[in-house]
Amino acid sequence: MTDIVSKLTLSFQTFRSHRLRSFLTMLGIIIGVTTVIAILSLIEGLNRTVAEQVQSIGSDLIFLQKFSWVQTGHRDLDKLAGRPDLLPDDAEAITKLSSVEIAIPQISRQLQKLKYKNNEVSNSSIAGSDENYSSVNNYAVESGRDFSRDDILHRRAVGIIGSYIATNLFPDETAVGKDLHLNGHRVKIIGVFKEKGTFFGNSLDDYILIPYTVFEKFFPRPRGSLWSRVYGGYSISIKAKDGMKIEETIDQVRELMRRRHGLGFDEDDDFELNTQQILMDLYQSITNVGFIAIIAIAAISLVVGGIGIMNIMLVSVAERTREIGIRKAVGASNNNILAQFLIESIVLALVGGLIGIVFGMLLAWLISAVSPLKASVSFWMILLGFGFSASVGIFFGIYPARRAASLNPIEALRYE
Amino acid sequence: MKKKTDVICRAVDIEKTYWLGKVAVEALRGVSLDIERNDYISIMGPSGSGKSTLVHILSCLDTPTSGKYYLENTLVSKYSDEELAKVRNKFFGFIFQSFSLLPRLSALDNVALPLIYRNVSKHERIAKAKEIIDNVGLADRMHHRPNELSGGECQRVAIARALVNDPKVIYADEPTGNLDSKTGAEIMEIFDRLVDEGNTVVMVTHDMNVAAHARRTVKLADGRIIND
Repeated sequence: MTDIVSKLTLSFQTFRSHRLRSFLTMLGIIIGVTTVIAILSLIEGLNRTVAEQVQSIGSDLIFLQKFSWVQTGHRDLDKLAGRPDLLPDDAEAITKLSSVEIAIPQISRQLQKLKYKNNEVSNSSIAGSDENYSSVNNYAVESGRDFSRDDILHRRAVGIIGSYIATNLFPDETAVGKDLHLNGHRVKIIGVFKEKGTFFGNSLDDYILIPYTVFEKFFPRPRGSLWSRVYGGYSISIKAKDGMKIEETIDQVRELMRRRHGLGFDEDDDFELNTQQILMDLYQSITNVGFIAIIAIAAISLVVGGIGIMNIMLVSVAERTREIGIRKAVGASNNNILAQFLIESIVLALVGGLIGIVFGMLLAWLISAVSPLKASVSFWMILLGFGFSASVGIFFGIYPARRAASLNPIEALRYE
Repeated sequence: MKKKTDVICRAVDIEKTYWLGKVAVEALRGVSLDIERNDYISIMGPSGSGKSTLVHILSCLDTPTSGKYYLENTLVSKYSDEELAKVRNKFFGFIFQSFSLLPRLSALDNVALPLIYRNVSKHERIAKAKEIIDNVGLADRMHHRPNELSGGECQRVAIARALVNDPKVIYADEPTGNLDSKTGAEIMEIFDRLVDEGNTVVMVTHDMNVAAHARRTVKLADGRIIND
């Protein structure tokens, strides 16, 4: 083997003398790698955003509800509506479990309108819970105070509002101490939550929290509607004890609830235990196949690019038959010739791949600049881009290179 | 029988048969030939006489169908392609009628080409090639490409390339075929000088004037040597 540097120099000389042709040959690889890198980085960005959002739910939280967050196939509302309601009593019983830090009842409804003087906000939510709400959800009260046990027990008409409502209803004054009218009932604002941001585009600050005991009084549950029977009731938010495996907590809660609902061992659960994990699992199961398909489609252009390389290498071998003859006459072995042409096609593919990586990163950056998608380029993608293009160079270069190597020197020398 | 040490190439009963489709063409029908150190041989014969085939086999570009070919007492007629490539690189220099230089390389790089295939470092390659190119009187043209050189200059580059690996035998196939008579004569002077310096030269030619330079003329007809 001769030194690799002089071989590389040789192939670059070849490209310099066929600038346009080399570029056109590389175009397929460039497009292929650009697409693959751009798509991969967008997928990675999306995955990361989703993971961040989902993780913001809290990895130690379990939501005991009538319905599952994840439903494959038809959702049988009749069956779900027939399940027993979950109640604040359940939360109390669950709190006593050894693996549970605390469990709270939560209930919420959509509000048409909230007004204060000339300001109003629409489509805010009203939620009911107890004094442990902020600690379970990791929220903090920024001004004013949190609920006390007495607020809950004595059904005091007090509320804590999200920062969105605070800034929109009380732009120029302090919200704490003011009264709001909900459904014709007066509620006194005792605190404002610290801003929480958004969850998949929905504001987490656009709601008002009141004691669940008050909620029951002010917003009696509409009867009859299937929807309301499934989704309108309480859900229990359960915080697992620190250092506890969440699966263990889930098992304990399940066992307790089955007992409380009097289920026989051969009966199915009549409740669901939702966690962030099932959202992640769902997201992954939905997207994985799609992502693989997208990448496979993008990879087709790599194959097309590879065929382009093979085509041009075959032309190049034919054009340089005489050169091959000369080289063989002066002592180049078949392997020398094979290496020369193979390196040429690998370099072609790699240079194309390199350009593609740069373009792909630019494209991803551009897309995330003009759209809400967030792109994220990782080192492994760059390696993948290199690996892909090198393999294409080898795979599609080996045939032309072998053809060059197997030329008979006498015939090659005679070739004009 | 000549002293063994003086014989570089020994061909014994060489036969070569080509297959053109289903027709067998017997290009060589039993040729035996010794090439000695410092020989100056011209191989002549009408076209189709097998002289090119003979030179191809002598220079290890091809292998005989039957017969034996020895290089310094080593049987090489059964060598593989890879081994033959090494042998060519080590033993022979080649000069072709149409110069056969690589168009994209400078004269200097063309001269250095054979050394690439014997793993000589770049520094040594260039040094050696410069020395040889100076020897054929082209020192001031060495960075030019073949298309910037005249036919005579190209052939001198080709001669330099044939010399760069210190060959035991230099094979030249119609070395003046593409040159005018004046330039051809200049090239032949170089060959004469090379032989005077102790090199061994074997050339194929049609031209009686060129053949006259040689000390020994081998005539072929119908695949056999008719005069040596």
